[in-house]
Amino acid sequence: MLLSDLAPSGCATIQAIHASQDLRRRLGGLGVRLGIRVRVIRASPMNGPLQVRVGHTDLILRRSDAAHIEIQTVA
Amino acid sequence: MKRVALLGMPNTGKSTLFNRLTGAGARVGNWPGMTVDLLSARILLGDSMVEMVDLPGIYNLHGFSDDEWVVRRFLETQPLNLLVVVLSATQLDRQLALPLQLRALNVPMLVLLNMADEARNLGIRVDTDRLEDVFGCPVRMLSAKLGHGLPEVRQALGVQLRKYPKLTQADDLVLVDDQRIEQELDELIDQTLSAPIQLPATVTDRLDRFLLHPLWGLPLFFLIMFLLFQAVYGLGTPLQDGMEWLLEHVKTALLEPAVANWPAPLQSLVLEGLFDGVGTVLTFLPIIAVFFLAMAVVEDSGYLARAAFLTDALMSRMGLDGRAFVMQLMGLGCNVPAIMGTRIMRSPGLRGLTMLIIPFSLCSARLQVILFIVAAVFSSSHGPLVVFSLYLLSFLMAFLMAFLLRRKFTHHEPLLLEMPPFRLPTGRFLGHESWRAMKQFLQGAGGFIVLGVLLVWFLTHYPFTAQPAGPDTLAGHLARFLEPVFSPLGIDALLSIALLFGFVAKEIVIGALAVIYGVTGDELSGALAARIDWVQAYSFLIFTLIYTPCVSTVAAIKQESKSWGMALTSIVLPLVLAWLASFVFYQAARALGA
Ligand SMILES: Nc1nc2c(ncn2[C@@H]2O[C@H](COP(=O)(O)OP(=O)(O)OP(=O)(O)O)[C@@H](O)[C@H]2O)c(=O)[nH]1
Ligand SMILES: [Mg+2]
Repeated sequence: MLLSDLAPSGCATIQAIHASQDLRRRLGGLGVRLGIRVRVIRASPMNGPLQVRVGHTDLILRRSDAAHIEIQTVA
Repeated sequence: MKRVALLGMPNTGKSTLFNRLTGAGARVGNWPGMTVDLLSARILLGDSMVEMVDLPGIYNLHGFSDDEWVVRRFLETQPLNLLVVVLSATQLDRQLALPLQLRALNVPMLVLLNMADEARNLGIRVDTDRLEDVFGCPVRMLSAKLGHGLPEVRQALGVQLRKYPKLTQADDLVLVDDQRIEQELDELIDQTLSAPIQLPATVTDRLDRFLLHPLWGLPLFFLIMFLLFQAVYGLGTPLQDGMEWLLEHVKTALLEPAVANWPAPLQSLVLEGLFDGVGTVLTFLPIIAVFFLAMAVVEDSGYLARAAFLTDALMSRMGLDGRAFVMQLMGLGCNVPAIMGTRIMRSPGLRGLTMLIIPFSLCSARLQVILFIVAAVFSSSHGPLVVFSLYLLSFLMAFLMAFLLRRKFTHHEPLLLEMPPFRLPTGRFLGHESWRAMKQFLQGAGGFIVLGVLLVWFLTHYPFTAQPAGPDTLAGHLARFLEPVFSPLGIDALLSIALLFGFVAKEIVIGALAVIYGVTGDELSGALAARIDWVQAYSFLIFTLIYTPCVSTVAAIKQESKSWGMALTSIVLPLVLAWLASFVFYQAARALGA
């Protein structure tokens, strides 16, 4: 499953990140790494960005970018 | 001289700490990317002079945006005695990766865990002794905002500086093994950090449920901005009247008797040139102070990142992103720092387009011109609506420009933005900010505004035998030359002279008007109202709002884009747009019988 498909208040762990090394490092700096838990807090309307909670940080992430992140949902 | 640099991830409080330690006025705000350039100040620490350097925030040592380049170039060229690594204690789960990478530089470090106040409220506990073992350097908790733990930080700084009296050049940035760092980070978090699995629901979460609501989030944002502006207006206008009264008394009681015996041209220069011109600008000092205070509250609250969240869907359709909208908001104060602020954007396309739309943002200098004309020509019940309509127009123009140019500035920049918690500014911070705004305003009024106003005085009074501002003066000749351009807009010749000087700085426009009409205060308002009707006034306002940005803004665009083409575009395009917009408005209004 992709992070872009995760419904608001859904929880998951990151399985894979399909992105250039540069982007992976930027994501890493913001705490988005393999094995980390993420939660979608809310999605902005009109196909706007997601608010994602990774560890103790809230991030704004576009759905098109979130589609590069593979996740596995957790109960 | 010893050198100490403050380094850390964005929005961790480096500039707040820098201001605490040095007393300097670095810009602080709850927005990652507030600082985009080096700032240094000298202080006496113990018995030695130390140069403290505040750096932009970085997420790692690999970044390629222009603000991150500033940091890398600094580390590559400037030897240091000490690297102070500032981390947010509330986000150590990711931020501890930074000092792990920085160890490879082989520069002495001091690690500070800032925002201790917030960490405590969240129930986060840190084993600092264990961190000291791992990093081989002192680790201190502090709250730079509240000043807690500062004495301990100063002491630790002193100890480290005595221990490392020699400057060390950082080692070349070797390729760090990302995977190993991640592994070390996981271990370190396990050993040193204890936090509740689920952080407690905070005030921020509750506020966000309202402010980021899918339906009313955006309308609410504009409503809040509108109310804030009303508050500034309501608070600032009486203060402005007070200032006017004060200046008038200074003029009649002190200045006029003092120059009574001077030769006539010199008297005119001092009274009608300097005092009227600069004085009229000075009456805006209180409203500017209140305005920047409001800006500081917004910037420090964390609402900017929310604005990016709310507007990104809209902005992306114009080839921009939510951050570009935030830069426009920052531009409401002054366009120049907003243009610098685009350094956080990595792709030249996005950055370039953002830089070109920022000048449409109705900056505080243009606001002064607008408030001035509105007060003179419109009734007090219509005034706020007129001003608000111009704010709307400024955003529409920016969007139009972006929409027209979006194909020339394509990019694929992902939006990756941290959304910090809501924070409340301290009184100390607000005091600093309004003081800084006033100082900057006074410096401007004392510098280029004086020069501009003097020049306008000369143009409108030379030759001295002619009637001031009459057709035989230099200004009169110039105005005749400009007339074919401005008369289809309903802008009369004298007003067009004022606009000419607005290219240097928009504040000069008001000063110029005072000099041109040879009156100040209420008389000036009356003179204006007698000469132009509301259609002409609004056409003038539209032109003022859109036309060519001031010299400093163009210079900033040139410097940041390193392109003369961009600088030229930022001059020519708005000029054309301004003319067209005023033309359409004026001719349509006249055709409709207004
Ligand atoms: N609660 C709390 N807030 C703080 C503290 N220190 C700074 N802040 C706030 O954190 C925000 C960021 O502060 P800055 O000093 O601008 O951070 P910075 O590290 O310089 O940020 P950049 O220049 O963007 O890298 C501001 O809203 C500060 O008021 C602190 O100790 N406690
Ligand atoms: Mg800063």
